[in-house]
Amino acid sequence: MSKAIIKIEDLKREFTMGTETVHALRGISFDIKEGEFVTIMGSSGSGKSTMLNILGCLDQPTSGTYEIDGVRVKDLSRNELATIRNEKIGFIFQSYNLLARTSAIENVELPLLYNSKVNSEERRERAIKALEMVGLGERLHHTPSQLSGGQQQRVAIARSLVNNPVMILADEATGNLDTRTSYEIMALFQELNKQGITITFVTHEPDIATFSSRTIVLKDGEVMQDYENHNIQSAANELAKLPKQDD
Amino acid sequence: MRLLNLFKIATKAIILNKTRTLLTMLGIIIGVASVIAMLAIGEGSKESIRTTISSMGSNMITIKAGADTRGGVRQEASVMESLTLSDYKAIKAQSTLLSYSTPVVEGKGQVINGSSNWPSSIYGVNPEYLNIKVVDLQSGSMFTDAEVQTASKVAVIGQTVVDNIFPDGQEPVGQMIRFNNIPFKVIGVLEKKGENTFGQDQDDVVIAPYTTVQKRILAIDHLNQIMSSAISEEEAPNAVLEVSKILREQHKLTDSDTDDFTVRSMEELISTFSSTSEMLTILLVAVASISLLIGGIGIMNIMYVSVKERTKEIGLRMAVGGKGSDILMQFLIEAILISITGGVLGVLLGLGATVFIEKFLNWPTSVAMYSIVISFAVCAVTGIFFGWYPARKASALDPITALRYE
Repeated sequence: MSKAIIKIEDLKREFTMGTETVHALRGISFDIKEGEFVTIMGSSGSGKSTMLNILGCLDQPTSGTYEIDGVRVKDLSRNELATIRNEKIGFIFQSYNLLARTSAIENVELPLLYNSKVNSEERRERAIKALEMVGLGERLHHTPSQLSGGQQQRVAIARSLVNNPVMILADEATGNLDTRTSYEIMALFQELNKQGITITFVTHEPDIATFSSRTIVLKDGEVMQDYENHNIQSAANELAKLPKQDD
Repeated sequence: MRLLNLFKIATKAIILNKTRTLLTMLGIIIGVASVIAMLAIGEGSKESIRTTISSMGSNMITIKAGADTRGGVRQEASVMESLTLSDYKAIKAQSTLLSYSTPVVEGKGQVINGSSNWPSSIYGVNPEYLNIKVVDLQSGSMFTDAEVQTASKVAVIGQTVVDNIFPDGQEPVGQMIRFNNIPFKVIGVLEKKGENTFGQDQDDVVIAPYTTVQKRILAIDHLNQIMSSAISEEEAPNAVLEVSKILREQHKLTDSDTDDFTVRSMEELISTFSSTSEMLTILLVAVASISLLIGGIGIMNIMYVSVKERTKEIGLRMAVGGKGSDILMQFLIEAILISITGGVLGVLLGLGATVFIEKFLNWPTSVAMYSIVISFAVCAVTGIFFGWYPARKASALDPITALRYE
């Protein structure tokens, strides 16, 4: 059995809005093991975003424990959280969030700039390697405005890979893309997952879940369903089934 | 290593956003330059007004022998012979607040050139007289210290004398004239000065070495007065006190004795001078403060907005592992680079504008060191603070909040 890189136990998160207390998460427990491809699903208001923020060490739980790669996140300072984000997590956002007017390779290098253990040569090498992994080896010096949406998201994926994280955390990563490009991106995720990279994908689109190995469904701050997917669809095959574009 | 990386990040951000950087910098450049130029014009006008007032001889100090009472009758001061050359030498040697001094002996008589003659006054002085009276020569030259020592018979004459004894418009310099039958060689002509406030014609004079006038015209040893100029109008009252002290010692007066001399400064002119100066200083301070305030607000706005609009970028940088301190350091480095570069360019532009104003608009200007230092400091500090402050606020946000900022 591979080891669990994420351990969550009885996780609660409450927000105080004026006099009312909103229970965004009401005691959630699950583990994510190395090499899994998990989708976290739920409609809006289900606690999905709160879950993502806590998983990404962007927010702290009110109670309960969260461990990532053996580190208990609770009670860490803002700076320690930043280090964890830098070394253990790769983020992918719905709106890509690339730096404008900055070449692909410099965007990918960004997380490594905040890691003083990596020197500039290694930084460049790793950035090129990451861009090659997402199929953008030919577009190292293109800026976001010179790239299509799908290509921009690939740059973002390369950026999330570059620091060799224990987990990639994607937030609606295909939300801004058309079906065809979404499938292309999902095919890339599946390929990365095959290479042993753990992926947690937060989404509200059910078809995305069919490409993952496990799905956790949240509702009203609780886990409603948590099931292994025994019939994983291949995004590459789905892509082939789509009607050909006349380009 | 970490600092080097942050420095790289900051310089990259600056270069990538050329327009934003330039606009931000422009705020600082204009701020600094306008303050320097405004103050240069102000200082220049102040200098020129001060010089104008000074040219009336506002820093002049006159020392005369005091009035004495003989048998109940007050005597005219000039009757006294208590002021001597050794007094002059003592003042010259001991005073610290005087820039120029000259002994003065004066007499009246007839100036004669050929068939023309004219009643005038002769002043025996040394060459420093011109500096004290703030008057230039229109032609020729002033006599020298050597000519004073040898009691040479040379003279510099005023325009009124020229007009009356050279009616044909001859060049007076080099001509021989006579004053009370003593021949003098004219070596210079004074610039026209017109009448003074009492209606006395200041151009109706003959100036000669005091030794010559003492020996050959008046046959006296004492001096009628000593004329000096204080190093500045502000120091004139102190100079009066200083000269009095020197003269009391010189005349061996005890505490109970009253002064046997009078020392006077141009009180009215000085008060005009200092009140004008004061007013101009207040005006300058007002102009500088307002320019700095406006410049500062401009810099504040543009810096604040340009950092605020990068809140999203700050969120991203934090999400991928930038610590709050990394973000702050990056923005601080950016703000410092922009502010310092802008400041330096502003100083250069300000100096350039000043030169332009002086050369092409013929306005008197004077660049004060303090204006460069203050404007640079205020603008740089404002720029750095308002580059840092919104960044500090943004880096204190949750990365997610910052990322979602629109």
